[in-house]
Amino acid sequence: MKNFLRILSLIIVFLATTLSSHAAEKVEYLKTDWSFKGLFGKFDRGALQRGYQVYTEVCASCHSMKYLSYRNLAEKGGPEFTEQQAKAIASSFDVTDGPNSDGEMFTRPGKLSDKFVMPYENVKAAQAANGGAYPPDMSVLVKARGGGVDYIYSLLQGYEDPPVGITLDEGVHYNRYMYGNKIKMSNPLSDGLIEYSDGTNATVEQMSKDVTTFLMWTAEPHLETRHQMGFKAIVYLIILTILVYFSMKRIWSRVETEV
Amino acid sequence: MSDHEYTPKSKAGKWFNDRLPLLTLANHLTDYPTPKNLNYWWTFGGILTFCLITQIVTGLTLAMHYIAHADMAFESVEHIMRDVNYGWLIRYIHANGASMFFLAVYIHIFRSLFYGSYKAPREIIWIIGIIIYLLMMAAAFMGYVLPWGQMSFWGATVITNLFSAIPLVGEGIVTWLWGGYSVDNPTLTRFFTLHYLIPFLILGLVVLHIWALHVPGNNNPVGIDVKKPSKDTVPFHPYIVIKDGFALLMFMIVFAFFVFYTPNILGHADNYIEADPLVTPAHIVPEWYLLPFYAILRSVPDKLLGVIAMLSAILILAALPWLDTSKIRSAVFRPLYKQFYWILVADVLILGYVGAMPAEGLYLLVARVATAYYFLHFLVILPVLGLKEKTLPIPLSITEPILGGTANLATARNKESSIK
Repeated sequence: MKNFLRILSLIIVFLATTLSSHAAEKVEYLKTDWSFKGLFGKFDRGALQRGYQVYTEVCASCHSMKYLSYRNLAEKGGPEFTEQQAKAIASSFDVTDGPNSDGEMFTRPGKLSDKFVMPYENVKAAQAANGGAYPPDMSVLVKARGGGVDYIYSLLQGYEDPPVGITLDEGVHYNRYMYGNKIKMSNPLSDGLIEYSDGTNATVEQMSKDVTTFLMWTAEPHLETRHQMGFKAIVYLIILTILVYFSMKRIWSRVETEV
Repeated sequence: MSDHEYTPKSKAGKWFNDRLPLLTLANHLTDYPTPKNLNYWWTFGGILTFCLITQIVTGLTLAMHYIAHADMAFESVEHIMRDVNYGWLIRYIHANGASMFFLAVYIHIFRSLFYGSYKAPREIIWIIGIIIYLLMMAAAFMGYVLPWGQMSFWGATVITNLFSAIPLVGEGIVTWLWGGYSVDNPTLTRFFTLHYLIPFLILGLVVLHIWALHVPGNNNPVGIDVKKPSKDTVPFHPYIVIKDGFALLMFMIVFAFFVFYTPNILGHADNYIEADPLVTPAHIVPEWYLLPFYAILRSVPDKLLGVIAMLSAILILAALPWLDTSKIRSAVFRPLYKQFYWILVADVLILGYVGAMPAEGLYLLVARVATAYYFLHFLVILPVLGLKEKTLPIPLSITEPILGGTANLATARNKESSIK
C-alpha cells in the first residue's frame, strides 16, 4: 500500500509539473486575487455587475457575446440583476425578429429570452470595420486563452510604447502580454473612461479586474454550482472511502493477509 | 472456475438455469478464486470497467444534445454547458473521464509489464488488451474532434494526413477518410458515428478479456501459479469486491477533483476557439495520453517511416509474450529486469514530455534517443535478458514466505516448465 501510493504520487507529480510547464507561457502575468478561485470560490456580485457595465459600454461595440441571453443576467450564480433590471437591459437593445405575417423582418425591443445582440451582422462586417482583424467572440474567451483570466487581466493593462527598434504598422499596437506583442485592438481602457453606477472609482486596474471577472462568468456560468457540488461530492466520497476501508479491514481480517 | 457443480436452490431457479445458465455464471463470478496477495495495482481492472461504463453513460446523455454538424457542433457543446440541466457536469465527467480512463489503463499496462502478466498462459488476455487500448485511442481521438474547436479540427487534419504517407494509395485513402478534400462536415459526422460505435466494441472485447482471464485466473505479485481454490486464494466476493471498491473510491476522489475544480486543465485552450480552416494554431498537440507516440512519430525525419515507427511502438506490445524470453513472471525475482523496467517507465514519461514540446533542438535529440531506447528495450534487452539474467529464488506458494535456497528455485522452475 505504501509503495503503491509512493509510486502513484510520484507519477502524478511528474504529470502535473509537465502539464503546468506545458501550459505556462514565458511571460509573467499580473496577479490579482480572484474571488472565484479555490474550493469555495464564488463570484463577487459587485464585480460581475460592474464588469457587465464595462463589457456593454466598452467591449460590446466590437466583441460579440453570442452564447449568452439576457435572461442569464438575472440567473443565480451570475451578476444576479433583478428580473426587472434584466428586462430593462434587454429592452434597451433593438432585436431583429420576423418574418411577420407579411413576410417582413421587423425590429422590436429585446426580451429576456433573446441572445445578446451582436455588434456586427457577420464576421466579414466585423473584419471590415476593424482593419481586417476579427474581434473574437467573448462568451468563452477566458477558456480559449492559455493564461486564462490572468492573461486577459494583464493584456488589458499591458499597453505600452514599443521598445526602441520595433516599428509598428498602422493600426497595430504594442502590448507586452500579447502573443508576439502586436495587437490590433487599441488600448480600450483609460482611467475614468466609464462612470460606475455603484460609485466605484473606475481605474484601468479596477475595470480590468471587473470585466475579467465578468468574462469568467460568461465562460463558466455554472462555476458556483460546480464548486459547491464539488465540495459536497468530495466530502461524501471521503467519508464513504473511510467507511469502506474499515469494512474492508474487517472482511479481510478473516484471512490473515495484509490489505 | 470452481470445481464444484453449481445448482440453484429454488425450483424456479433450477428451471431457469437449466435453460440459460445465468445463475451459474453469477455463481462463478462471485466464487471466482482470486490470489489473496493481489496488491493495489490489481484494482485497476475494476477501475477501468467503471471508466468504460461512465464514458458510455455520460456519452449517451451528451449524444442526446450534441449536434454533429460543422456549423452547429461547437454551439451545441456550449448549449450543453449552459442550458442543459447539469450538462456542464456530464460533459466535464466525459472529457476528464477520457483522461482518467487512460491514466488507469497506463497503470494497468505497466502493472502487467512489471509482474509479467502477459506471459503464458495469459497471452490472449494481453493481446485482447492491446486491441482494446488501440480502440481506446481511436475513440479518444475521434471524441476530441467532436466539439469542433481549433485543436479538434487541426488534430484531425494532422492525424488523418498520416495516412497520406502510404505509397501510391495514401492520398486516395485520406480523401476517402475525410469524405471530401479536407476535414469537413462529412468527416465530423463519420467520426461521431464511429465514436458512438467503438465503446460498444470495447465493451464486447472487455467481456472477452475477462473471460480469457477467468480461464487461467489472475496472475499475482509473486508471479507463480496458484492452485485454485486453495488457501492461497479468496473468493472474488466479498474480498476482491470490497478491495476494488475501496480503490475505486480513492480513484473517484481524484476524478472528482479534476471534474469540479480543474475541469479544463487536461484540455487545450485552443479547443474553446471554434474550428477555422483558415487559421492554423501555433502548436498542434494531441491530448497528453497520446504524447509518447506523437514524440515517436516526430522523431523520425521521414513521414512514412515515422508512421511505421509510431504504429510499431504499439503493435510491438502484442509480440511481448514472445519477446520476453524469461520463464519467471514477476520482476520481484528479476533484479536486472526490474531496473530496465523502471528505465522504460522513465523513457515513456520522457517521450510524453518531449511530445508536448516543439520538435526542434534538444527536444528532438532527446525524442530520438528515447525512441531508439524504447525499441531497444523490447527488441534487444528483453530477449537477451531472459536468457542471461540470474533470477532470485521464487517461493513455492504465495502463503509460504520466501525461504531462499536453490533447491526451492529448482522445484519452482520444474513446476513452471512442466506447465509449458
